[in-house]
Amino acid sequence: MSFDFLAVLSQWPMLLKGIAITLSMTLAATLFGIALGIACGWGRSHGPRPVRWLIASYVELVRNTPYIIQLFFIFFGLPAVGVQLSALTASVLSLILNLGAYASEITRAGIDSTPRSQIEAAESLALNRWQIFTRIILPPALGRVWPALVSQVIIIMLGSAVCSQISTEELSYSANLIASRSFRNFEAYTIAALVYLVLAIAVRQILNWAGPRLIFRRR
Amino acid sequence: MIDFSLWDIYRNLLLALRWTIGLSAIAFIGGGVVGGILLILRLSSSRVANFFVRTYVQLFQGTPLLLQLFLVYFGLPMIGIDTSPLLTACLCLTLYASAYLTEIWRGSVESIPRQQWEAAQSLALNFREQLRHIILPQALRIAIAPTVGFLVQAIKNTALASVIGFVELTRSGQIISNATFSPFLVYGSVALFYFFLCFPLSMWSRHLEQRLSRRAHT
Repeated sequence: MSFDFLAVLSQWPMLLKGIAITLSMTLAATLFGIALGIACGWGRSHGPRPVRWLIASYVELVRNTPYIIQLFFIFFGLPAVGVQLSALTASVLSLILNLGAYASEITRAGIDSTPRSQIEAAESLALNRWQIFTRIILPPALGRVWPALVSQVIIIMLGSAVCSQISTEELSYSANLIASRSFRNFEAYTIAALVYLVLAIAVRQILNWAGPRLIFRRR
Repeated sequence: MIDFSLWDIYRNLLLALRWTIGLSAIAFIGGGVVGGILLILRLSSSRVANFFVRTYVQLFQGTPLLLQLFLVYFGLPMIGIDTSPLLTACLCLTLYASAYLTEIWRGSVESIPRQQWEAAQSLALNFREQLRHIILPQALRIAIAPTVGFLVQAIKNTALASVIGFVELTRSGQIISNATFSPFLVYGSVALFYFFLCFPLSMWSRHLEQRLSRRAHT
């Protein structure tokens, strides 16, 4: 009984590639997922009735089914109706759709908590609906719910490990590969888990720092 | 080639659904028991216990459940403990659920005003009595809605047990999909099965939340 963590760490180029792909997928999912979430959050409280209904079904479907099934449906199921996606595209798309559903609920809570008087004040300054939404309602709403959004991004990043199941070459795929090549299962998965832990802590710190400064320009 | 009727597919999925429900129940009850013990450790004044629980929660919330499953399934045999998919899935999901439930319940306890603790102290109750008679009955009411909400997460997470070969709803869907060559229908149906399991619970959790916030305002 002996452990050989160095045998796993000597495969660092593979680990590094996995980390890079995991982070890129997370970044793409974050940007598009939050944008989708904001659009859906707005549409669900301000759109016409059919749009509201459509968004509500999308949100409830995603929130009440496992991510792995969403991924399998997009990757294995959609080709049956003529939509063939690569493993990476299917992974990123499923992450965006997943985050979008959760983000829409989170942003909606922020949007709904905007004081009525602020909207009335903006209306009295003759701003149109788009200006009111993007300048008056959205920035403080995002500020209020930012910690919840960041938590959701972390959940998405950790959940992306599942994408290895359709052989997307992200971090847990690298770990699987190293484990099967070196027969060092325990060491490979321990190191990968620790890397995820460090990434989760780091990404949370970065987003919590960057959010208020870069996105809603507050100090 | 054997032909599968729609009924064959659904019958097999329904049979597998039992395992998803069973695994969810084990994870939820086991997680509740372990989570309860961790909560008491976390609320105690011992700094070592506090540090231990914080690290525990951070470890389980900061790493993918998928890797936790692999680590236990492939790792334990290396130190001489034989694992089966069933044992691994139950163990991992229990530990994972306990980390989340501890955090949820700690949040509920912390939302009880400080004065309640002080009032309990001034009645000369010890730590156990304070928790049992004053704090927990109040915290319980607040905790119910998020706990039911977490049950939905627990059910969804059991799907990952499929990757270590535990035949529950997702794994069964994979097997049927490979046999029938109709992944669109099969994965779509599996998704609906999960939906009908989880959606009522989501609605219930939301209903409890609304009732609680109404009571808080009146």
